[in-house]
Amino acid sequence: MDVRRESEATPTKNRTEVERRSERELVVTRTVNAPARLVFEAWTKAELFRRWWVPKSYGPNLLSCEMDVRVGGQYRLVFRHEDSTMEFFGTYLEVTPHSRLVWTNEEGDGQTVTTVTFDETAGKTLLVVHDLYPSEEALDSGSTGAMPEALDQLDELLASLGSSSETK
Amino acid sequence: MVQYCQTHFDASFGALSDATRRGVLEQLGRADASITALAERFHMTLTGMKKHVGVLEQAGLVSTEKVGRVRTCKLGGRGLEQEAAWIERYRQLWAARFDELDIVVEELKRKEKANGRKKRK
Repeated sequence: MDVRRESEATPTKNRTEVERRSERELVVTRTVNAPARLVFEAWTKAELFRRWWVPKSYGPNLLSCEMDVRVGGQYRLVFRHEDSTMEFFGTYLEVTPHSRLVWTNEEGDGQTVTTVTFDETAGKTLLVVHDLYPSEEALDSGSTGAMPEALDQLDELLASLGSSSETK
Repeated sequence: MVQYCQTHFDASFGALSDATRRGVLEQLGRADASITALAERFHMTLTGMKKHVGVLEQAGLVSTEKVGRVRTCKLGGRGLEQEAAWIERYRQLWAARFDELDIVVEELKRKEKANGRKKRK
């Protein structure tokens, strides 16, 4: 696809970028054409969050979504996966209205920490989603190089989600 | 929150983070080799080498085949291309997510505007 020049007409879809910043860090960035307070609301109210976290094209897989968005509060998402379910859960470490959210992902071995920043400029919000994965040592503990079972499950889930939106 | 591709990132990057494993890849780039031969070459135990090869295999960088009592290792076909494909897949997931987020946020904008007409702030 050719890169088009920015025209005055605001494009409906802003570009999503993914960058591998280091061995343990993965960063996703995207601008949303709205003030940070509204974008933040969509990230912190479960009834709004569940509407976009699992895109429709990936199927109706999200069975429940509970979020207690405050420092020390928990979240839990339950997905349908084949004949079973899969859960993702963790704790909010930082909740700074309209600017910063930090949570842990506790479903796997070792803890991944996700930091989301909301940076508003001229009515638009730059979202930066930063994932810090556990160190190799943390992952290796207890298992001889084999990937933890929970992570294998994630892999399967992505494969099954992906296959519904792609031609095989 | 949902780290769909964590397995692959950890597998590939973890695999490449170790000097011995990078050496093994280099070696296999020249010729296929048995685990025993690799163990000798890198001065380590068979068990140690098996573990390294296991990590590389899991990351899709190396494939192994057992013929008789010898397990031969060669460079896997997937490698870094596979990883790039994963990043793209991950990006697509987020792009789709954000497109839906746009819809939710647009709705909030409209609501706020409507409320603003009734009462300022």
